[in-house]
Amino acid sequence: MDDRGTADLDELESRTIFILREAYFSVAPLCMLWSMGKDSTALLWMARKAFLGRVPFPVVLLDTEMELPEVYQFRDEIAAAWDLDVRNELCPPESSVDQTLPPGARAAARKTAGLRALIAREEYRGVIVGIRRDEQAIRAKERVFSRRARDGGWDVKGQPPELWDVFVSEVEDGMHLRIHPLLDWTEVDIWRYTRRENIPYVPLYLARDGKRYRSLGEKNITFPIASTAATLDEIIVELETTRAPERAGRAMDHETESAFERLRLGGYM
Amino acid sequence: MTRVVAAGHVDHGKSTIIGRLLNDTGSLPDGKIDELQRASANRGVPFEWSFALDALQSERDQAVTVETTQTLLRLPERDVLLIDAPGHREFLRNMITGASSADAAMIVVDAAEGVAEQTMRHALLLQLLGITQAIVVVNKMDLAGYSSEPFEAIRRELAERLDSLNVSVSAFVPVAGRDGDNLVTRSSKMAWYDGQTVAEALADLRAPTSAAHANLRVTVQGVLRRDNSRTIVGRLESGSLQAGLDISLWPSGRSAKIARIERWPDRANGAIERAGAPVAFAIDEPYYVERGDIVSGISGGPALVSRLRVRLLWLGGYALRPGQHLRLKIGTRTAHVELVSIERAIDAQTLRERPEGQASNGDVIDATFRSREVIAVDDFATSPALGRFILLDGTDIVGGGTIQPETIVERAPADVVAVDHLLDPDSRAWRNGHRGAVVWLTGLPASGKSTIAMSVERRLFEKGYQVYVLDGDNIRSGLCNDLTFSHADRSENVRRVAEVAALFADAGFVVIAAFISPYRKDRDDARRAAGERFYEVHVSADVATCERRDPKGHYRKARAGEILNFSGVSDVYEEPTAPELTLDTATQSLEESVEALLRFVENALTVSARPSAPLNQ
Repeated sequence: MDDRGTADLDELESRTIFILREAYFSVAPLCMLWSMGKDSTALLWMARKAFLGRVPFPVVLLDTEMELPEVYQFRDEIAAAWDLDVRNELCPPESSVDQTLPPGARAAARKTAGLRALIAREEYRGVIVGIRRDEQAIRAKERVFSRRARDGGWDVKGQPPELWDVFVSEVEDGMHLRIHPLLDWTEVDIWRYTRRENIPYVPLYLARDGKRYRSLGEKNITFPIASTAATLDEIIVELETTRAPERAGRAMDHETESAFERLRLGGYM
Repeated sequence: MTRVVAAGHVDHGKSTIIGRLLNDTGSLPDGKIDELQRASANRGVPFEWSFALDALQSERDQAVTVETTQTLLRLPERDVLLIDAPGHREFLRNMITGASSADAAMIVVDAAEGVAEQTMRHALLLQLLGITQAIVVVNKMDLAGYSSEPFEAIRRELAERLDSLNVSVSAFVPVAGRDGDNLVTRSSKMAWYDGQTVAEALADLRAPTSAAHANLRVTVQGVLRRDNSRTIVGRLESGSLQAGLDISLWPSGRSAKIARIERWPDRANGAIERAGAPVAFAIDEPYYVERGDIVSGISGGPALVSRLRVRLLWLGGYALRPGQHLRLKIGTRTAHVELVSIERAIDAQTLRERPEGQASNGDVIDATFRSREVIAVDDFATSPALGRFILLDGTDIVGGGTIQPETIVERAPADVVAVDHLLDPDSRAWRNGHRGAVVWLTGLPASGKSTIAMSVERRLFEKGYQVYVLDGDNIRSGLCNDLTFSHADRSENVRRVAEVAALFADAGFVVIAAFISPYRKDRDDARRAAGERFYEVHVSADVATCERRDPKGHYRKARAGEILNFSGVSDVYEEPTAPELTLDTATQSLEESVEALLRFVENALTVSARPSAPLNQ
């Protein structure tokens, strides 16, 4: 078992908790997105640590009604066990989104539209999102406190500077902040941390019959990868040796070079 | 894990080197090379390593890094986080964003072009952000014939210039980035080079062992209230925190004891010692604690200041001038500040010093701020987290910088501030940046007193002075509206003005009194009222000159007998015998007189920050 990164896990966790507290104490109203995946579940766990057991802001699910059944089951169990204030936000139907987007990207576009409606209705000034830099090259360009225009748009080329960890938590009326406490984490960091902290996870991540989900998305556009990793230890070993990208099983990432960028500029997570 | 930022001139090959490093160390995921080949082919360009990082469409189309990117480089012994930062000057804000999170720098220089302005500009900014270690990669050796001469020339020049910035260089490596020579594998084309490869040099870089002192510092992020308990949460910056410890809270200066440390999910109550660790605790006193407070031990607390000597990078997009109001965020505290003075400004493009008092967008500036409230700070070198700040104008970040040691005048002893104490003139002077004073302008009617007073008031105000003009217009209509122009009433008028002026001076103001005040004895009384803060200025012009000006027609009326007791015509004007300053308005222009008085006031009254270390180039 590789314990490279144990000290790093403490540092990563400390910084994430610092960011979560900065968000909570300086941005209101505030919510957090939870996809029930490994990243946002680990982030929820750290929110419990940051606020001594209870997550003090609403936890929002952008629901396309297309998640795998095991994911919904996990949602219900954790929401009850962790006493979360879960808000299930139904996303608009696929027919309502930009039909020039490749099919795999349309679920993301639905989530984007759902998020936009939610922010407009609840007047959220801050939305905590568990994205990581190493997931995707465009996400690697993110700030921790990242400004969004009224329509949710991301002006990636006009981003203001962000220095050290002194964050700008103010935004003009009508705009909001995406707050990204997990940017520094890698996929294997998340699993090491999940193992160390004994955090629950959707069992679909573990291999059954030679396949496992490495990344969880809508059931029609996400596919399991070939794997024999049936425990967390085995997942960690697999990730330390594999060179296959994490989102290999996500159709939306492979359709056109610019699809992901278009989604993100339009407000996708 | 060490975090390394790639810095250097645009087009010297930073992104290419990183892309090639990622490939040669096996850090790129499967399929990435194919994706890059497609992206290159789509644009009709040869294979571009930089596309591994330059993922934005616009970056690929223009072959220039726009936004900073972070990516993990997997080395045999350990991982290094590589931060690509744009070299183009237009994307300065993105460059410093990337660099501010780094422990060390990889400075890339083109062997053929040599050290460019931007190389040194980046080095200057690295230093500003607190980065003190670097490796230098001399790229495009293939275009320099793999010859050692240009490499050695660059090494000599940069070693010296980086040394002057206190940036220490652990390796100079000659490479051909596109082909991978000396990146991960040793190049056979440069047999004369026997130093480290870039991968080896990167692996040897370490996050600096913090030079931070061991004194306890906690930045308070907020207070969690539930049931009847209040839990203070924050971050341990240095030192250690445990139950039972006596602490001081700043800026209030109050002392308390740590009642308990809180943790979740485990309830362990042991000491917290790791710098950067989150903390949650309760104290045994019912004090009001708020976001932005600082916790220290009973001794070795932070400095309490209202004047800040700083070095900053200005990104406001407009010229920065004294008098500018901004908000300064340091740790979790936000304070209102006003720029008092610009000690020096370096144009980050040319690395030249600006003429005095000017600063433009992108400049590195040594400056002094005054804060409205007292704030607790450390200097950057001893405690980075409490020694660096950002500047905000509205909701926009307009700069960032570090607290310079000159700020730290004396560390506040615990509990001193909690005790009420009288404000002495020095305290006011230190906050205002100048002493309070009475500048008494005396002279014949139409000699120019009021005009000079108003101009000087405006100029001082713009420089951040607390300044106010007292003259006949605002005195005669109220305070002295019961007085005539008889000899006795004129003396009474001057007496009242002198007393009011002395109070203004006590309150820290520079008060400019513009009165004919024709009698020497009255002016001597005024000097006694204000004591050593009194400066007599003779606005001198002969009667003939003043009478020629006669803007209000008073001389004409006095000559006609319509105004009685008119100084210089029907009453005496006793000239000062030993004024602190004489402004000869008969021969000087108004401009010259104003400038002379401004110089005089600034020299006599400015309480200057102590001189700082030179800003090396």
